[in-house]
Amino acid sequence: MDAIFLQILNGLDKGGAYALIALGLTLAFGTLGVVNFAHGALFMLGAFCAVAFNKLVSLQQIVLDPTKTTAWGTPLEIKTPYVEAWFGDFGTFLINYSVPFSILVTIPIMLIIGIVMERGLIRHFYNRPHADQILVTFGLAIVLEEIIKHFFGANPIPQSAPDIVSGSANIGLWLGMGEAIVYPWWRLVYFAFSAVVIFAVFAFLQFTTYGMVVRAGMFDRHTVGLLGINIQKRFTVIFGLAAVVAGMAGAMYTPIYPPDYAIGMQFLVLSFVVVVVGGMGSLGGAVTAGFLLGILQSFASMNEIKSIFPGIDQIIIYLVAVIILLTLPRGLLGRKGVMED
Amino acid sequence: MLGKSARSDWLLLIIFSIVVLTAPITLAPIGAGYPDLLQKFAIFGIFAIGFNILFGLTGYLSFGHAAFLGVGSYASVWVFKLFTMNVIPAVLFSLIVAGVFALVIGYVSLRRSGIYFSIITLAFAQMSYNLAYSVLTPLTNGETGLQVRHLAPVDRGPDYVLKLVNEDLRWVDQALGIVEDGIPITNLFGMKMSGYPGFYFSAVLLIIAFFIALRISRSNFGMMLRAIKSNQNRLNYTGINTRPYLLAAFVISGMYAGLAGSLMAVTDPLAGAERMQWTASGEIVLMTILGGAGTMLGPFLGAALIKYFENIFSSINENILQTTFSFLPEPLQELFVTVTSLFVGPGWPLTMGLLFMLIVIFLPGGLMQGFSKIGGLFRREKKPQSQSEKPQAQDGGP
Amino acid sequence: MAILEVKDVNKNFGGLRALHSLNLDVEEGSVHAIIGPNGAGKSTLLNCFVGRLTPDSGTVMFNGKSLLGLKPHQINQAGVARVFQTPEIFDDLSLLDNVVIPALAKADGAFKLNLWQAVRNRSEVRDEAESILEDVGLADQKSTICSSLSRGDKRRLEMAMCLIQHPKLLLLDEPTAGMSRYDTNNTIDLLKKIGERGITKIIIEHDMNVVFSLATTISVLARGTIIASGNPADIKNDSRVKEAYLGSAEI
Repeated sequence: MDAIFLQILNGLDKGGAYALIALGLTLAFGTLGVVNFAHGALFMLGAFCAVAFNKLVSLQQIVLDPTKTTAWGTPLEIKTPYVEAWFGDFGTFLINYSVPFSILVTIPIMLIIGIVMERGLIRHFYNRPHADQILVTFGLAIVLEEIIKHFFGANPIPQSAPDIVSGSANIGLWLGMGEAIVYPWWRLVYFAFSAVVIFAVFAFLQFTTYGMVVRAGMFDRHTVGLLGINIQKRFTVIFGLAAVVAGMAGAMYTPIYPPDYAIGMQFLVLSFVVVVVGGMGSLGGAVTAGFLLGILQSFASMNEIKSIFPGIDQIIIYLVAVIILLTLPRGLLGRKGVMED
Repeated sequence: MLGKSARSDWLLLIIFSIVVLTAPITLAPIGAGYPDLLQKFAIFGIFAIGFNILFGLTGYLSFGHAAFLGVGSYASVWVFKLFTMNVIPAVLFSLIVAGVFALVIGYVSLRRSGIYFSIITLAFAQMSYNLAYSVLTPLTNGETGLQVRHLAPVDRGPDYVLKLVNEDLRWVDQALGIVEDGIPITNLFGMKMSGYPGFYFSAVLLIIAFFIALRISRSNFGMMLRAIKSNQNRLNYTGINTRPYLLAAFVISGMYAGLAGSLMAVTDPLAGAERMQWTASGEIVLMTILGGAGTMLGPFLGAALIKYFENIFSSINENILQTTFSFLPEPLQELFVTVTSLFVGPGWPLTMGLLFMLIVIFLPGGLMQGFSKIGGLFRREKKPQSQSEKPQAQDGGP
Repeated sequence: MAILEVKDVNKNFGGLRALHSLNLDVEEGSVHAIIGPNGAGKSTLLNCFVGRLTPDSGTVMFNGKSLLGLKPHQINQAGVARVFQTPEIFDDLSLLDNVVIPALAKADGAFKLNLWQAVRNRSEVRDEAESILEDVGLADQKSTICSSLSRGDKRRLEMAMCLIQHPKLLLLDEPTAGMSRYDTNNTIDLLKKIGERGITKIIIEHDMNVVFSLATTISVLARGTIIASGNPADIKNDSRVKEAYLGSAEI
């Protein structure tokens, strides 16, 4: 029982990441009708926003202390990050909390990247076949990956969570289930964060007129365009929003999994599977399937399960996807008529 | 397609054969006249020609074709390990294994079309890749890759030495009394498959592969595949069950990929799971669309070009750039070196990604379409006007 | 003798009764028009003939065999060809290829893979394709790519694609919908010409001009059932028909 509960917990953070990427993927697909293979690269860019922000705030100034010397007789170098030198305690705070603070940088950067991408590239592919969209965004993903690789190298760059949440939460004790269930704080934070973002996106779509137009656009783009609404402009914003969601998901994920330039593709392939399982064009489906597959994956990596089906943890998601697609052609919550030509 | 005469097909095949067989001489001036690279052209040419039978003719975009390549490689290396270093049994076995594997995957994934098909094939390829690294390690030797013989520490302890382990059985070769030292080299009835003989072996298979693809394209089967791409619904109402056609095309193109994988193992008897990764699948898509999906020569051309430029770009390093731009003043030289070094050496994938985008954006029909456009400029005079205008011209009113 | 017999067919979509206890006999060699106001169930009925929909109950017998549960390609093989409301052709192939494909389908059956026989060497198929393009008046454009054709020409091509299979029954779903008067008249002429081949035809049509110039029998469908059937003259004077059409009573 404890073990099962622990696995559900374990699946939540990964599921949250899948759900956030799949959500943006679905938004872009549902409204713009574009299959975006570069969406994983946006997740990766977000992660590297956090990395870059951390590097920036940890830039150190070197002051020579003439009163002390090192063993070699040279003056001792005292390294202090600039932010600490300038802001004192606030600087220390900033370095400690660099990952959550990086969100503030990630949002505008990703918004700009998303808008530029839509205006410069995606827009010209609305009426091209899906195969062309897949291919051009696939090319873009390679380009983005390689640029990041050039500047940040090929190795994963670990990021640390703020000290206060670096330990583990003793969830088992809270719920009276024994001490066996401990869970890293940051992953709990990540789950809460993804839940908040998901609710915010849904609320935006549900309760604002802007969102209403977007939802209408997801059903019938052409008619909404004919109603005198500048659908083009809204699509740009939606694409920007999708990019922001992916970017934030990536930035916050860095303490859980050290990002490298290829992390985007890793997540993209899985997120596409998530979207397809949830049902192409269904936001609810994307979120449900994201968490479901995240949890399934963590169950599959239990030793008890692995001893019965060796290697199942490696393939469970793909296996489930294939089975779902063959039995429920439209995925869990897919609408009729989407991508059926 | 009916317009092509039988004679022009034979002519095409003969010219193709001549070009391929004389490549060691004709390609020497551009620095591609050596067997390793030429063999790559041939192998990826086969892969692309086969991929085109599925993607180019039916329009079904598979994102998992590298899986068949990998399976073909593993199958060949196992034949080398267990039976003989002769390449014929290995090639045949790879064809069979890749064919069966494609039959199973195709049977499942062809139940859906469009982007769903792409994602199911991608999922299968990723599954194969992950399994090759985990549970199937006894078959694939995991990250090290499957080799005929491999180095292993003997006499464990402080002064151990690395030695080749002769764990290989090679029943047939041993029965025939063939003994080999070091890492054995593949052969064709005694002829070593390295250097030019290796290239010519691949080249002959490439010509056969091209010939078969040409026959497919001209047959009723190829016609039906084109009809599937054009309008599958109409084809159903024309009395054709499209499933067997698609499955046959999928299996054939899977076998082409298996053959390519087998030839990779013939060149270098080693197989690793990275050959099955989705980037490898993406590369084959790029080759096909670069040349022109659906055309006869395009995919081969695309494969050769990509491999040629990969070879050139990856070999350029900073020193070469420094010398190239040395005629410029110092700061400009630095700038040029910094910018271009992004695209060469380890930055080759960046160039490939950009090329990918440029082709899809500006030349979706690939190079072959570009050529025919250029060709069209020269024989413009006799372009037939659109006949559809005629009836509408009298459409003014009753 | 009836070539197509529809007995007691019912079809519901949720709460909507699209067809209920529908009976229809189509005589061999006749041109049978099915007319009716919008939403009467015409398209549903047609989709039941071609395997796109399966009725909830009832039987559809064609030439003594049941069509229910068969897939579209099996129904075609039984001898039913269909012309769609918007022409369904192979857009990026040439006109000749468009006609050759159905001819091959007829000649080779469901699946054939023979690499040693090139399509261009099959003169029997080619000759027939060229002669049928001649019949519909498209022979001079045989190597044009179809996407550049006008709608009227696409319709003609689609009919050629059906005719080359020598079907026993040809279903025409609003063959003149969205066409100019010029193209409509051309289509009527073409259909009259086809009529000489003795193929049974079912036409679903809104344009009464087309219906009355072609049909030998007319059935009127309203609210999911046939309310009248007979020769054109009788139908013209039938009061129930006028009632069903209400506003457009002066047909």
